Amino acid sequence: MHKVLPSVLIIIFYTVVNAQDTTGVKIPSQDAIYTRPFILKVNNLSTSIGGYFEGNSNYFSEDGVSEGLSFELRRFNIFLYSSLGPGIKFLSELEFEHGTEEIALETALLDFQFSPQFALRAGIILVPLGMFNQNHDSPRWDIIDRPLVSTQIIPSTLSEVGFGVYGRFTLIRYLSLTYSGYLTNGLGDGVILNAEGKTFVPSGKRKEAFEEDNNGLPAYSGRIALQHSLGELGLSFYHCVYNSFRVEGIEVDEKRSLSITAIDFSANFFDFTLQGEAAYSMIEVPDNLSEIFDDKQWGTFFDIIYPVYKGSVLLFDEAILNSIVRFEYVDFNMGRFNVTGQNVKDDVTALVLGLSFRPVPNTVIKANYRRHWTVDAIGNPTIHTAGFQFGFASYF
Amino acid sequence: MKIMKLYLQNSIFRLILTLLSSFILSIIIISCEEFLPTAPESSEILNEPIEGLTPSQLAAHLQGDEQFGKIFGVEDGLGPIFVNTSCENCHVADGKGHPFIQLTRFGKMNLDGTFDPMTEYGGAQLQQRSIAGYPPEEIPAEATGKSILMPPSVTGLGLIEAVPDELILSYADPDDLNGDGISGVPNYVDPPDYFQPKPGFHISNNGKYIGRFGRKAGAITILQQVTQAYLQDIGITSDFLPEDLYNYIIGSGTGDKVSDPELSASVVKSVEFYIKTLKAPPRRNENDADVIGGENIFKKQINCSGCHIPTLVSGPSDIEALNKKDFHPYTDMLMHDMGSQLDDYYTEGSAKTSEWRTTPLWGLGLGGTSQGGKSFFLHDGRAKTIEEAIIYHGGEASNSRNNYYNLSQADKQKLLKFLESL
Ligand code: HEC
Ligand code: HEC
Repeated sequence: MHKVLPSVLIIIFYTVVNAQDTTGVKIPSQDAIYTRPFILKVNNLSTSIGGYFEGNSNYFSEDGVSEGLSFELRRFNIFLYSSLGPGIKFLSELEFEHGTEEIALETALLDFQFSPQFALRAGIILVPLGMFNQNHDSPRWDIIDRPLVSTQIIPSTLSEVGFGVYGRFTLIRYLSLTYSGYLTNGLGDGVILNAEGKTFVPSGKRKEAFEEDNNGLPAYSGRIALQHSLGELGLSFYHCVYNSFRVEGIEVDEKRSLSITAIDFSANFFDFTLQGEAAYSMIEVPDNLSEIFDDKQWGTFFDIIYPVYKGSVLLFDEAILNSIVRFEYVDFNMGRFNVTGQNVKDDVTALVLGLSFRPVPNTVIKANYRRHWTVDAIGNPTIHTAGFQFGFASYF
Repeated sequence: MKIMKLYLQNSIFRLILTLLSSFILSIIIISCEEFLPTAPESSEILNEPIEGLTPSQLAAHLQGDEQFGKIFGVEDGLGPIFVNTSCENCHVADGKGHPFIQLTRFGKMNLDGTFDPMTEYGGAQLQQRSIAGYPPEEIPAEATGKSILMPPSVTGLGLIEAVPDELILSYADPDDLNGDGISGVPNYVDPPDYFQPKPGFHISNNGKYIGRFGRKAGAITILQQVTQAYLQDIGITSDFLPEDLYNYIIGSGTGDKVSDPELSASVVKSVEFYIKTLKAPPRRNENDADVIGGENIFKKQINCSGCHIPTLVSGPSDIEALNKKDFHPYTDMLMHDMGSQLDDYYTEGSAKTSEWRTTPLWGLGLGGTSQGGKSFFLHDGRAKTIEEAIIYHGGEASNSRNNYYNLSQADKQKLLKFLESL
């Protein structure tokens, strides 16, 4: 740890030396899908295509063992947007992960915007849990890997089929309240007894989720957020019965539910952007599985971003160089061992130091140093993983 | 001051400054080896291959390593009843386990003195966990005994498997002819139908063979141990044992949704190869004067080595690294009556309920790194310190234990130092 300190100091040092004006207002989570550049540029009543694309290199070492250098083409996503009439919009996103290894329809929705205060949405939607899930496009983020809490406790990208409502009220000048609430096909059985060997909400995503629910009980999700030009504070939840307790109409098991509560924020002040989220989940698990598959998990991440340079570089008039520090923590098992009464560990702490260079606002080149401290359930000596990543992400 | 300010406003200067500090940052990152974690000393870890494997043997070892770490979910055939979801979960880093991952076995002592493993009630091993919607097992009320078993470390077992039966039998002294109070006997167990005895190596006793693996030496070979572990511990069927377990309360024919066998023989054999080629636990501080002093006390003064025999010799093996090697496991591979305190009224094979296989003491000092920083000794982990483990020694080990009591404080310390160096 003590050797991480000097570099943190250096980052702080040059952030202070290079103090500059603000990075610009953050995009509110709820509107994130419509504030993508390809949509902002088109006129009303038209169709447009856009997308984003990201790749990176990895060089990691775990307790002295390294797999060497490798390159990864993470995502190639295509958006299709249509404005069909006043207040009627269609948006879809097709994701190709690692080439064609995984192809998924992440979004395909119709919006009926009756007024700013009230809109109906139906289709495959991004569940409004936390801030990351709805606003996860890689060109928007300055760190290559997605936050652990946002991918492992909140299973981003979580898109489910269903419908709901959303809207915005202006409370006083500069301060508004956004709300959204949806009913969707929820997560499935894989939350437990999965190939991770621990309660792992992302494993509950089902291949057939866009076709039918596994138990006929919808998931509820919702988020409310206060939004100001200085930042945003959101509170959100997700609740579903995840197990197939009913087969062919016959009840074969007890109902087991899953709830995730998240709080998220982003703020801009003195040139700094601060952002983060924390999520806590409660999962009903059969008693006999409790030590291995726990019923409580939580995690958090916190980013500090600072523009160390803003100005012209070669061809680019408004280039920005950001420095970023991210702290992360995830506890997969908050329980205790029956026999010894000891706390079950099973947690990961991570620190990421990064620089990101934006020659233009929608294209970013990232360099990260990432370090993980992983402790297994029993609490054996910490596994140290660390490495360097270089990557890029760009809207097109 | 003014000039300085002007400079700071100059964006070229800022860029240079930024690049320079990034450069310094990179240099610091790259030059500090702390930034990329280093490997722990080889003498501090167990999970490494034995020295002298050929590159293709190493590749096979790594293939087995991957399978050993594989976690089974419902989709992979886990259950319907099971104890844990992977080998590695119980045998963390190939070391000893933690009480939360112990196994429970039960059975019933018949009036004629024979032991019934209660297979029709799901015995001998309890599968206390189950896939969703399926009932886990419970110990039937009729059981008269149960043992809780902690996972032993799985390293160096290739060498132990390569010890010819003849050598093990040479240590047996059922009638205590040498009068040292120690009367070790082999545990004779029924072989599984896929067991192929090696002529001149395995010695049959009315169709039974000497068991070596497990706390009660219930398994003859590593292959048998691995095959049974897949089925009994994880609920995974294989070409060797193709039928899933089921809870007798709801009956046979009930099971998981994956068709059997869930694993091919080749996967099971790759894990067998992995275990077979794990190195012997490494020694530390073996030249320390106190450690050497402790070793002499262990061997000559209090006869711990009457059971914990320091050196065994392997027989011929096709793996050169195991072929005719001297090694130091500190066991005789025999069963000993350890007295009433360690008697759980449960047994396997021909062993009595109070008898346990002499635990190999190699790796004793490395237990903590796989037991969450604490230590748990003896078959059920009841002893929290080495000294406590010695105090529990009764029966045939009573003399040794009493000799230990009579040691001076300084000699006890030396003995413990020696044991921790193993
Ligand atoms: C639920 C925990 C658990 C799981 C899962 C498990 N084991 Fe074990 N293992 C044990 C225990 C406990 C013992 C001691 C058994 C006995 O005393 O009979 C043991 C014993 C062994 C031994 C013999 C060690 C010795 O010194 O005699 C080997 C080899 C072994 N296991 C390998 C495996 C393999 C391979 C797997 C995966 C297929 C596996 N185990 C899965 C708990 C487990
Ligand atoms: C009669 C044979 C015998 C003698 C003599 C004997 N032991 Fe043991 N020892 C055993 C057996 C059998 C076990 C396993 C008992 C159990 O697990 O319940 C064991 C277990 C142990 C353990 C626990 C190992 C572990 O990993 O859990 C230690 C430590 C130990 N012996 C040290 C000693 C020392 C030191 C002496 C000399 C004072 C000694 N033993 C003498 C047979 C013997």
